[in-house]
Amino acid sequence: MRPVGPVRSPDGARPDNSGFTRPVAGLLRAVLGALIAIAALTGLAAPALATQQPPHGTSSQPAPPEQPGLPVSGTLRNVDGTLLSGVRVQALDASGQQVASTTSNTGGRWELTVPTPGQYTFRIDRQSLPPGVTVLQGEVVRDVAPGTLSLVVFRFGAQRAGLQTSASATALRVLVDGIRFGLVIGITGVGLSLIFGTTGLTNFAHGELVTIGAVLAWTLNVTFGLQLIWATLLAIVAGAALGAATDLAIWRPMRRRRAGLIAQLVISIGLALALRYLVLIYFGGRSESFADYTNQVERNYGFISITDKDLATIVISLAVLVGVALLLQRTRIGKAMRAVADNRDLAASSGINVERVVLFVWILAGALAALGGVLFGLSELGGTVQYEMGFNLLLLMFAGVILGGLGTAYGALLGCLVVGVLVQVSAQVIPVDLKYLGGLAVLIVILVIRPQGLLGSRARIG
Amino acid sequence: MRVEVSAEVPAQPGARKPDPVLVIDSITRSFGGVRAVDVAHLEFQRGWITGLIGPNGAGKTTLFNLLTGFDRPDTGRWTFDGIPLSRLAPHQVARRGLVRTFQLTKALAKLTVLDNMRLAAPQQTGERFFGALLGTWGRQEQANTGKAMELLTRFQLDAKAHDLAGCLSGGQRKLLEMARALMMDPAVVMLDEPMAGVNPALTESLLQHVKSLRDDGMTVVFVEHDMDVIRDISDWVVVMAQGRVIAEGRSEALSANRAVVDAYLGSHHDQVLEFDADGNPVGQTAMLVAEIESELEAAIERGQDLSA
Amino acid sequence: MIDIASLLANGIAALVGPSAIFFALLAIGLNVHFGYGGLLNFGQIGFALVGGYGMGIAVLYFGLPLWSGVLVGIVAGVVLALLLGIPTLRLRADYLAIVTIAAAEILRLITRSTSMTDFSGGTQGLTGYGGSFRQLSPFDNGRFYDFYGVRFLGQDLWAICVGWTVVGLSLILVFLLVRSPWGRVLKAIREDEDAVRALGKNVFVYKMQALVLGGVFGAVGGIVFALTTQSLTPDFYSPPQTFFAYAALIIGGAGRVFGPVIGSMIFWFVLSITDNFLRQATAGSNPLISFIDNQDVGAIRFVLVGVALAVLMAFRPQGIFGKRSEVLLDAR
Repeated sequence: MRPVGPVRSPDGARPDNSGFTRPVAGLLRAVLGALIAIAALTGLAAPALATQQPPHGTSSQPAPPEQPGLPVSGTLRNVDGTLLSGVRVQALDASGQQVASTTSNTGGRWELTVPTPGQYTFRIDRQSLPPGVTVLQGEVVRDVAPGTLSLVVFRFGAQRAGLQTSASATALRVLVDGIRFGLVIGITGVGLSLIFGTTGLTNFAHGELVTIGAVLAWTLNVTFGLQLIWATLLAIVAGAALGAATDLAIWRPMRRRRAGLIAQLVISIGLALALRYLVLIYFGGRSESFADYTNQVERNYGFISITDKDLATIVISLAVLVGVALLLQRTRIGKAMRAVADNRDLAASSGINVERVVLFVWILAGALAALGGVLFGLSELGGTVQYEMGFNLLLLMFAGVILGGLGTAYGALLGCLVVGVLVQVSAQVIPVDLKYLGGLAVLIVILVIRPQGLLGSRARIG
Repeated sequence: MRVEVSAEVPAQPGARKPDPVLVIDSITRSFGGVRAVDVAHLEFQRGWITGLIGPNGAGKTTLFNLLTGFDRPDTGRWTFDGIPLSRLAPHQVARRGLVRTFQLTKALAKLTVLDNMRLAAPQQTGERFFGALLGTWGRQEQANTGKAMELLTRFQLDAKAHDLAGCLSGGQRKLLEMARALMMDPAVVMLDEPMAGVNPALTESLLQHVKSLRDDGMTVVFVEHDMDVIRDISDWVVVMAQGRVIAEGRSEALSANRAVVDAYLGSHHDQVLEFDADGNPVGQTAMLVAEIESELEAAIERGQDLSA
Repeated sequence: MIDIASLLANGIAALVGPSAIFFALLAIGLNVHFGYGGLLNFGQIGFALVGGYGMGIAVLYFGLPLWSGVLVGIVAGVVLALLLGIPTLRLRADYLAIVTIAAAEILRLITRSTSMTDFSGGTQGLTGYGGSFRQLSPFDNGRFYDFYGVRFLGQDLWAICVGWTVVGLSLILVFLLVRSPWGRVLKAIREDEDAVRALGKNVFVYKMQALVLGGVFGAVGGIVFALTTQSLTPDFYSPPQTFFAYAALIIGGAGRVFGPVIGSMIFWFVLSITDNFLRQATAGSNPLISFIDNQDVGAIRFVLVGVALAVLMAFRPQGIFGKRSEVLLDAR
């Protein structure tokens, strides 16, 4: 399965280094490639998806063999999903000479032929666009080679959608996007917060639980051909097992040795680093796409258009979070978890088996992280998985969890929602590659104004 | 002299003293709806040893924390020698001569005993960033070392001067903390349970040291929950329960005070705790446990669920 | 076959090379933060970034001479420390950890943002600010100098000499400070803030001074490294670099004056040898080690560093030379 969208990290995203300056270059290229991919995918995935040619649909593409030259084709689809007809597409050769041009048919399809293999620039004639349609990327440079299918994808303006949609519709869309993202952050953040509350550990390796969950689901889905839902369920089980394993193998012995929290924190960082690059070795530095739910078009529900997978993400997240809340509120183990977080010694002295409760917290956190990883990749990263996704999410998790009050479960949720909305809102005004900045900036602001967070108590921060 | 003066002060909560060094007015502090401290008026007489007693949870340590700037009150103000201290940070309070120790000793384990002492010396040139770089702090350091050794000798710690403080016994740490406080030439020393966790053999020597502080002209306030310990050395005793001052007076007079006995010993005091063979509580004890557990649960429901 | 001579030559070059200098300076800063003050700065690479970029932007964008660019870089480190310290130093240690790592990431994202291309060069970064540094070199910049088989290019040799001089001066500064009463207060804060407050010391001010000092070492490291490589690229300044510096610090021993330098040298020596060994062992048609892909060698170093960091912290937090009784970091 190929990555979705026109943007792929450059080849050589794996570090390739020797000598002294090379490691720097290797690291740089790895991180650079990955970040370009993530920035592009997070920011541009929606329009890219909207204009993507369905891979299966292209098999029926007529490529008349008697015609000399090489066929290039595509479908023009606006952000709202409508197919654009009567739009002129030109092909220019390296010297800027027009070598071919065509006009899209009623299905939005266009097709033209270039004379020889080589590099061409394909361009949309903006004059021919229907009124109100704006172009985000109207020029694509592409190497055309014989024997391959040449698809050219133009992207239409999402940011300047104001021409077609009202301001309130845009606001609603951003809000829904934000809530969706916030819920995903929340699913992973609740685990992080619970671990902190019950053990005092600031777990910097939590992002890797997220990545590993997503990568496992991807492996089952793509390599073993399991449908994504089943793959995700298995990944959740594996995530729970991984959470339990890290607690039993690392953190319980550390607690037994009365290791300081700062030592534990540094250990979690070492663990995060090792796990992240193990994933890189196994998975590679590129963004890879899930096999299912990749090409979804937004459905219009009257007041809001949303893809099925985004809607599903919201529904699943909400259901899971309500489940977690019920667990904390109603069940014995949930109450025990809150009691341990509230006062570990008191809980221990009143007969609660603290170690068992902590193990359960890790199981829950691992499962939630794995689910969150899949949902994060599916909704926010345009259906792809990437080895640094967890670390990128980790900083937003911290922002949300601190905003809500470190160690509180409901506060973490609320904080993550706010951060999610903030990230999406800020993407409206600041450059897309700085999108996560708003979420991180709020972290610093909240520490100045109200360090205990929205729902935290004053005593625990000192 | 002290005895005569104390005989003239009425034994009632909030009593005026002839020469108060520390005067507290309407200080309150709540934690999640529970009034931990609620003191209308309280004075500490200069040059006395005042014992602050009360059962666990009476608010003694919270009051200490408030007075020394380690916690912020919801309301209230207090003055030290007529100067308002409210809203000051802990180090500002300490610099004005009101020095405290802690219930759990805070001997700095990875510093030597001597460094613990020298650390406390006030106004060191070498403590300032650029002062440290100039290297002109040598003479002052020498003087501080001399003073530290004198105090260590007085507290019988001089043999340990170059050991890490972490090697000291519990009682020696208490002594070190007291000696360290004296490095600052305080006017008022506030000792939080100086006798807690100390080998009984050392208690007497500790008490003598507390007395010697007073004899050097310092005012001593100390927290203790064992009434017997303080009877001999206190000039005055303040009794707290549930955040309030419920009685004060000379220690011999207080033993007969019904309110003190009730509050102090608590309603559960004479109840024998009963357990079955498996260690589960039975009878009255089981009800008591259930009551405590439901309070705990209520606290969780009420509070910000997962905050410790 | 493994070429042991070249392994060793590369290893020795790494022992004193620009990376060892850069990470020694980062780790000296972290030693002030973490080793002496107990402050958890996980964004030290951000200080290096503002140092290097502060200098580069001052020279290229504002047209200042290089020496004032260096000053701008240092001031940028001070400002960053103040900005990060004011909200977090009154709070528990892990808040500083989270904020510093977030700030370092913010800085990297901003410098690499296409919207900042005119200013910071975007993903391309900056070059051409340090020409006057190379002009000062007494060596022949283009010539190779050979020291018993260990070869350095003249321009690198110059940078290495300057770098180790800076490291030496930094160590003297740290030494003077930690043996003074100032250092005693800082060490006491690492152990128990409240005790120090009760003794009349303004803990916040000391922590802030330590944060600024360590941050300046980080900024100076960034400046030295940017002058060595003559280029600034934003993605070099990524979070794992801070953890490399932590690993170096803990190997050498946190809370010891020479710990960060020894640690950094050992760190790069070992890393260079394992890296080269793996590269040689996995290369060719019949590799010695067949189960590792040659391409993955770069990633393996991160795994090794991560594991080393965790294992050291768990079993030898005092560093590989320290005594168990001296371990400083078990507070809290």
